[in-house]
Amino acid sequence: MIVADPKPFGQVKGYLENFEKILIVGCGTCVTVCLSGGEAEVQILASGLRIAFGREGRSKTILEGCVQRQCDEEFILPILNRVENEQIDAVVSLACGVGVNFFADRLGKTPIFPGVNTTFYGAGMEPGLWAEMCAGCGDCMTAHTGGICPVARCSKHLLNGPCGGSEKGKCEVDPANIDCVWQLIYDRLQKLGRVDELQNVLPAKDWRTASDGGVRRTVREHLYRLK
Amino acid sequence: MSDKNVIKSGSNLERVLSSGHFAVTCECGPPKGADVEHLQKKIDLIRGCIDAANVTDNQTAVVRMSSIAASAVLLQNGLEPIMQMVTRDRNRIAAQSDVFGAYALGIRNMLCLTGDHQTFGNHPMAKNVFDLDSIQLLDVVRVIRDEGKVNSGDPVQGSARMFLGAAANPFADPFEFRVIRLAKKIRAGADFVQTQCIYDMDRFRKFMSMACDMGLDKQCFILAGLTPLKSAGMAAYMNRSVSGITIPDEIIKRIKGVPKGNQAEEGINLLLEQIQQVREIPGIAGVHIMAIEWEERVKEITERAGLLPRPQL
Repeated sequence: MIVADPKPFGQVKGYLENFEKILIVGCGTCVTVCLSGGEAEVQILASGLRIAFGREGRSKTILEGCVQRQCDEEFILPILNRVENEQIDAVVSLACGVGVNFFADRLGKTPIFPGVNTTFYGAGMEPGLWAEMCAGCGDCMTAHTGGICPVARCSKHLLNGPCGGSEKGKCEVDPANIDCVWQLIYDRLQKLGRVDELQNVLPAKDWRTASDGGVRRTVREHLYRLK
Repeated sequence: MSDKNVIKSGSNLERVLSSGHFAVTCECGPPKGADVEHLQKKIDLIRGCIDAANVTDNQTAVVRMSSIAASAVLLQNGLEPIMQMVTRDRNRIAAQSDVFGAYALGIRNMLCLTGDHQTFGNHPMAKNVFDLDSIQLLDVVRVIRDEGKVNSGDPVQGSARMFLGAAANPFADPFEFRVIRLAKKIRAGADFVQTQCIYDMDRFRKFMSMACDMGLDKQCFILAGLTPLKSAGMAAYMNRSVSGITIPDEIIKRIKGVPKGNQAEEGINLLLEQIQQVREIPGIAGVHIMAIEWEERVKEITERAGLLPRPQL
């Protein structure tokens, strides 16, 4: 899933100083699971803003909303209608950056602000902990590495084995928190009886499938033609 | 993989190694600015004591004079450079362009590295590149030399023939992978290898015997990396804070055991013993003395180690 962290409260409040009627919109998918932008976080942010502006003697209208997914038109249409019908001055999206962009492309003159910082594609490791697992490079190479991705999980994206900074299974960049992915790959391939494959030199990667090839889009011909 | 018996660039270092002499290299770090005089002073301290000097490329991710420019200054001052190049700061377009530029300036040795992560340097907020890793850089520059093609397959105008080096760290983990990684570097194009500084001689011997068992010493020149310890404090710091370096307790105790004023001397004595020890290890073709900011002692070290005069080939 896409992992995001709430933006510092003061930063979000700062975006909204000059607006009176504000709608905060959560997203029911990834950011709900990682506890940064679901219904509960919308309520918390809205209450915080009411209290903070109230203390300054300013009464703003802070409205709340949440949709199942901010990355699909059918889900955000009700919000777009609400912005128009209720004459909202500004929208805060607590979805990942996809939601913010998707709204921005469709919101006309109403400004939208991000309420979270989108960080990575990751997995929940244990309650309260998520870790990066995929970099979306567009050419998955984990078949060579026992299913473990060095593009996403090596601090230097090394494709041919660990650098000199791998010590006791940890990455020198942050030994307390980052595993050396090449230690993980080595251990995994050893379990699979495939360590020999690590002797192959992986040539320079073609990054065109990653964002380096320009902004990406995906077409499913059988559906797209129907339009 | 390149053939050890075919001359690659004809550099002094290559001639020394291929004629069977025990090679000596050291490090010459560029200044944190354009202070050429500072660099020239360092050059004067080491010229004649070594066969070539590594010119580091923004080592530990701290901004310094570029390794290409500093290497050119070495050449102008009669000292052969081993230009280091890291993939942290340049993609394959810049890397290949820099290889051509370096060759045009007369640089003939090049050490291919991935580079320290920028979080360790003075610009931790920088965006890194890592388009290639060190092994892929070796491969790319070897193909330029041996096949006359850039990475895209386009032909190279003229030639750019570098004597190619790589680093090896026998002390990082996983230990069993370190020799595999060395083999990969050789297969990708490494003609010579300089190791991380050695303090744990037993582990290094084990590494070398694994490398020799695979025949790697026959495919590439392996130079043992050594760094003199200036003080017990430095030993403790390196042991604690430099990833991939472990200093055995007996060495720390030995340096600690002499009065502060004599610790540097003891560090040099230890280095001289280490030089003798690595000379006796099968498969070692030379030493790489990394006397960090201690260039003034290189002459004395090489003299006392019996490494002078350097061969004139």
